[in-house]
Amino acid sequence: MSAPRVSAFVALSTAILRGFVRDRSSVFFAVIFPLMFLVLFGGIFSDQSQSKVDLIQVGDVSLVDNLPPDARAAFEQTFVVTRSDDLARAIAAVRKGDADVAIEMQGDTLVAHYTQTDQVKAAITQGALQAFVDGTNVALSGRPPKFDLTAERVEDDSLKTIQFVTPGLLGWAVAMSASFGAAATLQGWRQSKLLRRLQLAPVSTRTVVGARVTVTVAIALVQMAIFIGLGAAAFGLTLTGSWWMAVPLLVVGTLCFMALGLLAGALTKTQEAAVNAANFIVLPMAFLSGSFFPLDGAPGWLQAVSEALPLRHLNDGMLDVMVRGEGPSAALIPIAILATFAIVVTLIAARLFSWESS
Amino acid sequence: MAAIEVVDLTMTYGDLRAVDGVSLEVAEGEFVGILGPNGAGKTTTLEIIEGLRRPDSGTARVLGERVWPRNPRLLPRMGVQLQASSFFERLTAREQIHTFAALYAVPTAAADAWLERVGLVDKADSRVEDLSGGQAQRLSIACALVHGPEVVFLDEPTAALDPQARRNLWDLLSGLNDSGRTVVLTTHYMDEAEVLCDRVAIMDAGRILECDSPAALIRDLDAPARITVAPGQITLEDARAIAGVTNANEGAEGVVLTTREPATVVSYLAQHDQLDGVRVQTGTLEDVFLDLTGREYRA
Repeated sequence: MSAPRVSAFVALSTAILRGFVRDRSSVFFAVIFPLMFLVLFGGIFSDQSQSKVDLIQVGDVSLVDNLPPDARAAFEQTFVVTRSDDLARAIAAVRKGDADVAIEMQGDTLVAHYTQTDQVKAAITQGALQAFVDGTNVALSGRPPKFDLTAERVEDDSLKTIQFVTPGLLGWAVAMSASFGAAATLQGWRQSKLLRRLQLAPVSTRTVVGARVTVTVAIALVQMAIFIGLGAAAFGLTLTGSWWMAVPLLVVGTLCFMALGLLAGALTKTQEAAVNAANFIVLPMAFLSGSFFPLDGAPGWLQAVSEALPLRHLNDGMLDVMVRGEGPSAALIPIAILATFAIVVTLIAARLFSWESS
Repeated sequence: MAAIEVVDLTMTYGDLRAVDGVSLEVAEGEFVGILGPNGAGKTTTLEIIEGLRRPDSGTARVLGERVWPRNPRLLPRMGVQLQASSFFERLTAREQIHTFAALYAVPTAAADAWLERVGLVDKADSRVEDLSGGQAQRLSIACALVHGPEVVFLDEPTAALDPQARRNLWDLLSGLNDSGRTVVLTTHYMDEAEVLCDRVAIMDAGRILECDSPAALIRDLDAPARITVAPGQITLEDARAIAGVTNANEGAEGVVLTTREPATVVSYLAQHDQLDGVRVQTGTLEDVFLDLTGREYRA
């Protein structure tokens, strides 16, 4: 590369980077907005899995009152007990959502009035109460239990919500900033005829495209550093062995979403429309790619759709290498898929592009 | 050698013949204006000459070099200002011209000198979005000239400016060809073309109708002069009786005499002490346009 081309490349990159940093809404959507979700999922929702079931005990419930000490402790791990003598009022409280379950004894039967509003808690409530009833039955029989259960988590002990949400949200953040940036640049530069102006300057297309790609990739890596840094510092994110493979993965992912942004820019007439189109592509894709919540429970056809989306592969690849402890090779297939996407979409965008905006 | 040689350009968009057989030759150091109403094909013609568009037929050469396809040897010798303000978003005026300087491998000192020459030193740290229309145009022209090009193309540099800002810009533009630089600009302002250009190409409906110096165009038109005499100075009858007057009409500002011998008529008026408030109008480029196209000029 000759000297003028280096200086042209540096000047263009600097100009583009300044334009980005000074655009508050771009910075907000690339960094602050996704970080808000990280704080939301990592900091707030992560507590919900441990939140206890509010239980109202109506009158004397001998089964609960006479639990042996260790069983009592286990019971209080699951339930927060309040007492009441008014069954109707207790049931009303459950109905309103102020409590999750009200229990009473009818003879030898433990009756639980629960709400199905929170299905997870409803399941926990039924399962736990059944376990205590069974346990008490076994204890009263005087015979030692024959079978035993020990539960062990498959994942690393440190695995928390933050581990799952960081890669997905980072994928979404990078998808947004890469596609919005490319769409807005293509449209904005076309509208202001800056593209034409650059065409008449002695710089090659490679230099111009290279500068834009370099800035976007740099922004993606800064996003990654911020996500990992904040996740680790504030929410106890722990990376696994080959997390560094997320870097090439993210670079290829950035190219892929820049290509989608170019496509959005080529299909639209104004800068606003281009960014809206990019958003229209990326936001639903983020939902369908497990950026916000895991897709394990999704129906099969949705999983199939999801497999066709590049963000799904970016997210899966990053999950594998960043938190699931998979080896570096786990990133290779996602990288290949993303690269293919990038090439195909760029070619389509190039075909659809026209210099005229009207 | 001519700085610009254009032969028989045509360009069609669908049914519209945007450029219809345009030929033009511009000498080195000449200041040439392409004048015409909106939609006349000025910008398309200019963009073909700059090498941004490939014509359907015809050839364009600048400084003896081909312009299409993109000719990297020619680009550093050419300066362009496009119709829109083509700036990098959210950069200051100084950062803007420094960026363009770097694209042409020109030292920043040259860029700063241009910033001073176009009077934007005070605004150097303002973002381009905060510049007035006139300031943005001056910056845009400075960015086109920062690398000292031999040929400069300016596409409607004074469009959308108020009259004051337009005249301010004329001072800058009129000096651009001082050092032997060739300048081509498009405009839809008659007065602008008349003031700035050595030669004016009058364009309408994709064709160049006439190309000559403004004075020659008006002279060749051979239009009669119109002499307006203030109301109450002379009666319509007396006016018609003056030797050399071909016609006289009562206008809003007085009696309007039409003549091909303005000198004779004015000296007659002087002898009869009727010169108060006299106004003499010779032909204008507008008359030339009317004569060439048969219709009023509407920019």
